Amino acid sequence: MPVLDLMSGFIVELRNAGLPVSLTENLDAMEAVKVIPIEDRDAFKYALGATLVKNNAHWRVFETIFEVYFSLRGPEYEITQDAQPDDFWREMQDQIDQVRGQGEGKGSGGGMDSLTPEEIAAMLMRALMNGDQAMMRALAKQSVQRFAGMEPGRPVGGTYYLYRTLRNLDLDNMLQKLMDANREMSNQKLSALEERLEKDEFQSRIEQFKQEVESEIRRRLVADRGAEAMAKTLRKPLPEDVEFMHASRDEMQSLKKALYPLTRKLAARLARKRRHGRKGPLDFRNTVRHSLSYGGVPADPKFRYPRPAKPELMVVADISGSVAAFARFTLMFVYAIQNQFSKVRSFVFIDGIDEVTKFFKSTEDIGEAINRVNTEADVVWVDGHSDYGHAFEVFFERHGKDINSKTTVLLLGDARNNYHAAQSWVVKEMRKRARHVYWLNPEPKSYWNTGDSIVGEYGAHTDGVYECRNLRQLESFVSTLA
Amino acid sequence: MKPRFKDVASVRTGLKKEKYLADDGIAGVVYLADRLGKPVLIEGPAGTGKTQLAKSVAEMTGARLIRLQCYEGLDESKALYEWNYKKQLLRIQADKNSDSWSEVHDDIFSDEFLLTRPLLEAITSEEPVVLLIDEVDRVEVETEALLLEILSDYQVSIPELGTITAKQIPLVFLTSNNTRELSEALKRRCLYLHVDYPDLEREKEIVVTKVPDISDNLADQIARIVRSIRQLDLKKAPSVSETLDWARTLMLLGIDTIDETEAKETLHILLKYQTDIAKAAKELSVAK
Repeated sequence: MPVLDLMSGFIVELRNAGLPVSLTENLDAMEAVKVIPIEDRDAFKYALGATLVKNNAHWRVFETIFEVYFSLRGPEYEITQDAQPDDFWREMQDQIDQVRGQGEGKGSGGGMDSLTPEEIAAMLMRALMNGDQAMMRALAKQSVQRFAGMEPGRPVGGTYYLYRTLRNLDLDNMLQKLMDANREMSNQKLSALEERLEKDEFQSRIEQFKQEVESEIRRRLVADRGAEAMAKTLRKPLPEDVEFMHASRDEMQSLKKALYPLTRKLAARLARKRRHGRKGPLDFRNTVRHSLSYGGVPADPKFRYPRPAKPELMVVADISGSVAAFARFTLMFVYAIQNQFSKVRSFVFIDGIDEVTKFFKSTEDIGEAINRVNTEADVVWVDGHSDYGHAFEVFFERHGKDINSKTTVLLLGDARNNYHAAQSWVVKEMRKRARHVYWLNPEPKSYWNTGDSIVGEYGAHTDGVYECRNLRQLESFVSTLA
Repeated sequence: MKPRFKDVASVRTGLKKEKYLADDGIAGVVYLADRLGKPVLIEGPAGTGKTQLAKSVAEMTGARLIRLQCYEGLDESKALYEWNYKKQLLRIQADKNSDSWSEVHDDIFSDEFLLTRPLLEAITSEEPVVLLIDEVDRVEVETEALLLEILSDYQVSIPELGTITAKQIPLVFLTSNNTRELSEALKRRCLYLHVDYPDLEREKEIVVTKVPDISDNLADQIARIVRSIRQLDLKKAPSVSETLDWARTLMLLGIDTIDETEAKETLHILLKYQTDIAKAAKELSVAK
């Protein structure tokens, strides 16, 4: 039974991508498939999603894999265009004629294949202007066929084809063109608000078209290479497994989105732990008072509510190019749960060091504060290459006296010191005064102490060096901290 | 057992009659829940109609809605069942002399002395029932275990009485605001449904259905402004219920088309943080 084979391949691929699909969930999916026909593609997708994906952050990954495995099914997803309804073609032919002007006769036919690139661009603009879904889909197909230059068996990833297609369509300027055309069409001047709304509308249509193109490319690749091979090349890490140091712009966005719910969960968990974790010492007065109802026997011992002290936190982060993203995320993370700490102070450095606590104090918007850290902090001393030794020295000189037995110091960076002096005695001194000193390193462990990385030298004086490559690791570290 | 729904489309139209506009995902999962006899775990941002879905399904099927509101410290005596101690005590005292001990013993642990709580109530009920377990993420991880037996087998085991199995399989909905990760065991037993903010068309439709006499034009404008605002990086994005509040406010003010100043003046209905309001006001007035 082909569906069964397809399903088992599909589920294996989900597991390969890191989704935790259990045996019962697998069986549920099979049950679900029985009652939902595979022809109803959307319902089929939701049925599989409901039984197999139990975390919304995994939905994107699921969707991609689903596309790969089931994209060649369903009539509207055929690669050949014969399946299109007739009247749609007639209408399209009309539009083509309109674009070309009156001159050329009807019935020259050939559908879209005979169009020039300029005509395609003009039609795309019309379709985007009117939000014509069917047309957009047809155009996506046509432009992939024409511009992507796909050759069977060529070992090139989908992104390359996507880039080629979109470059030919000049989508970057499309938004501007649409806005201009729109302004011309409506006679009176649009207010700023209306303009903004129009822009968002066009933006979302262009985005939709891009997705259309992307899935068309994917369909063709699957047809060429088969689902298994394709799924492998498309495999992307889950948001919590994306490495800070190598995240692409899209991945950064999804990381940012994943960050907020994560911190909320963490804060709730920590608050709960604080309330329930331990019992306080015996409350003698209260116990005696309650013993009266038992005739003076202290049968019901009462305890004080525990009020464990919240730690004070000092974050010292390297924000030089290679580790900037990591520093940003850690700062965001720490400030998002700052009410779990009695006080948070933050410092950033490259070869000079600057305190940035004030940026976070003055606004509630963490994103804005991070932007100000990037632009306004004074972190360059000589040449703008990381110098941990000097930064630590200055830090200790200025703020060393503020470190006390309640303070936890977090040092963030890859400890790639460009062969400057290490000054690791500073870390040793810090540890003497502080409650804890931890080092978080965004590099994989195997890279530590290679080249100019001297994390081992610093690490010897800390309470622990932690590998912190992705959100998962960052979260598990922070939860032990507070 | 007879299935409640014919197909996915009928779920959708049925819900629409109850003024709940479901998208394909929602209708599909409700249909599946009935066919597979499995509970549905609904997650998503606050104010997107998670609880309302359960209510509407109950109304649609004409079933009684039994609701268990979860909170920290919920235990089995409030969720499952409890023995009616006072009545048991009375029973023992009532005929001290006549009965032998073993008879009394058997007697006081019988149905008569059992107080049913929502979960037990849902499965012992004769008529059709929709069980709503609201905000399940508020109970502790340990308490979650209470739910597992009823969710997977629709039965409750009472040590003194034995196992009570369901007379009919209820439709079960659990909602979660995602303040903590639910246990794997719970998730495994449920179908998962993520209810997100609706897309432009659906939001507009919701506004039109829920706010009487609103003009099509205004609803469209509202939906589009809300979409633009949701794209900003905000502390709390406006929920559907806030959109509806906003629509009602605009209706009360007698506004037909929203312009900038009116939008700015009423933003506080959509957004609940001062920083968010400032940001949105700034964004909406500056078009690039």
